Amino acid sequence: METLMSDFLFFVEVLLSGLLTGSLYSLVALGFVLIFKASGVFNFAQGAMMLFAALSMVGIQEALGIHWTLAFVITVAVMVGVAWCIEKFVLGKLVNQEPIILFMATIGVTFFLDGFGQTIWGSDIRVMDIGLPDGVFDVGGVFIDQLELVAGATAAALVIVLAVFFNKTKIGRALRAVADDHQAAMSVGISLRYIWIVVWSVAGLVGLVAGIMWGSKLGVQFSLSLIALKALPVLMLGGFTSIPGAIIGGLIIGSGEKLAEIYLGPFVGGAIENWFAYMLALVFLLFRPQGLFGEKIIERV
Amino acid sequence: MFYREAGQFKSTYKEDQAVFPILQDRIGIALILLIAFVGIPMFASEYVISAIMIPFLILALAAIGLNILTGYAGQISLGTGGFMAVGAFAAYKFATWTIVIGQFEGTLPLIATILLAGVVAALVGVMFGIPSLRIKGFYLAVATLAAQFFIEWVLVKFGWFTNYSPSGVITAPPLKVMGYLFDTAPEKYVFTLTFVAVLAMAAKNLVRSHIGRGWMAIRDMDIAAEIIGFRPLQTKLSAFAVSSFFCGVAGALWAFVYLGTVEPEAFGINRSFSILFMVIIGGMGSIAGSFIGAAFIMLLPIFLANVPPMIGWDIGVDLIAHIEFMVFGIMIIFFLIVEPHGLARLWSIGKEKLRSWPFPY
Repeated sequence: METLMSDFLFFVEVLLSGLLTGSLYSLVALGFVLIFKASGVFNFAQGAMMLFAALSMVGIQEALGIHWTLAFVITVAVMVGVAWCIEKFVLGKLVNQEPIILFMATIGVTFFLDGFGQTIWGSDIRVMDIGLPDGVFDVGGVFIDQLELVAGATAAALVIVLAVFFNKTKIGRALRAVADDHQAAMSVGISLRYIWIVVWSVAGLVGLVAGIMWGSKLGVQFSLSLIALKALPVLMLGGFTSIPGAIIGGLIIGSGEKLAEIYLGPFVGGAIENWFAYMLALVFLLFRPQGLFGEKIIERV
Repeated sequence: MFYREAGQFKSTYKEDQAVFPILQDRIGIALILLIAFVGIPMFASEYVISAIMIPFLILALAAIGLNILTGYAGQISLGTGGFMAVGAFAAYKFATWTIVIGQFEGTLPLIATILLAGVVAALVGVMFGIPSLRIKGFYLAVATLAAQFFIEWVLVKFGWFTNYSPSGVITAPPLKVMGYLFDTAPEKYVFTLTFVAVLAMAAKNLVRSHIGRGWMAIRDMDIAAEIIGFRPLQTKLSAFAVSSFFCGVAGALWAFVYLGTVEPEAFGINRSFSILFMVIIGGMGSIAGSFIGAAFIMLLPIFLANVPPMIGWDIGVDLIAHIEFMVFGIMIIFFLIVEPHGLARLWSIGKEKLRSWPFPY
């Protein structure tokens, strides 16, 4: 009985930790979804934007010696600048190209941002310290990482803010109009350029928040850029166009990954975290090719 | 003026269907092959051959493989590195496999080893190609990442693939064909070039054939292709098989000729991405584009790394690496804006211009 109980507690602990890590994946995936929804661009640079945002924030904070809230505000301004530049110099020049070309262009942006961020701020691992709690939290025998808890709460808050932004504000409505149909949106007087800058800025902001969370967890370093790869199965699972999909996909992937590593890993030799998420998403897609909440793919000839 | 088909009459179907119907093209190809087979091994320095030409050729082969899948059949794949790894390790397993038949004891000949490795890679490719029947576009691209990570993990995790080498590294056997040892850089180069030339020619012919037309039909619109009689299952899976075969052979050459000793990490996700760059920058749906793209992606970093010291600009090594990243990114974006259809398109535009030169109107 005793062992059964502790086994169960351990299971809950693993599950919770997985869910909270999953919410961190969701944060990254959110940025992808926002841009894909609004402009149909599969933005590979989301991870690089996250790294760049986190690096800039830490760099600005250290260089100017200011409080992190101020550095946060400045970094948001920087990310808006990045969004403007991307629209001006990359997307604006590639209007009407095939999706794969735009995808490739975002890979170019990835390289540029990775290089640019490290050229300016150096490539040392930096500590992101904005007073987030660390250490564990004991709830009736289940230990929860406090940082992960904060991250989960932030992700939830961010999603609520975004939902309000998308559904209640005028810009949000314009965004949804653009997502539905570019031409129709333009014909009712919505400026596509402006909307794209807004979307990329919001994605930059989401990237910044994700960067702060991951940076606090792992330190601000180049490998943050690779976490974007982890967000891809989340996207597949949830569907490229659905914000709730990104959240629920993140939770499924996060918890599935952790549980598989603990309960399945020992049978096949461990370290399955690297590919499990992809396989899970792949098998899932075989049954539902558009993901959980993606728009149904209707084919017309 | 010099480049036009005027006056070159074809009197048989066979002539009309030749790979290079225009005389100037045939002369050009012959010249390129002559330079590649004779000129470079004789005159290029050892460094150029072993550090630039050999990897360039092998990567071009892998790019042809991916181009068949992505450019011709329209299935985006990010698992190229994985399929190359399968080729490399399969070749290693075949090469170290001692066959005993009665009194006779020996190993497979090298050429057979490499081709069999390609076949194994093709089988694995077909396996990971099955989801493509349901999944399309970027969903498929992400799905192929599963192949990449899964294959890498399997090769690292199970000692059988490396013959239980404690470091997980495999060492290639000497390149011996019919008793002749390919040992020096120019010899290895010729060995690679032969493979690449033959396979590139095969690819060029394949994409002009019934199979290749099926791939292109599926790429342009799969439902329409299905209605005119191409079966999606066979067509897509054959694209995956052929593509993975090329990647597998490239992987085997990469391990045996270029690196010598390999660990699975040599075929990581970055390799997959760099080959995708080659295909897109070079030109999707173009065999020549694969070569141009490979040259561009291979040479640009080397060029960038050598420029600052050359102009006497002394900066730290890691700063150079970062600036290299930046410039690489800018170049990719620049070329996409200038010519979204790849450098091969520039070449064909050039040919059009040459045709009417010097009187364009």
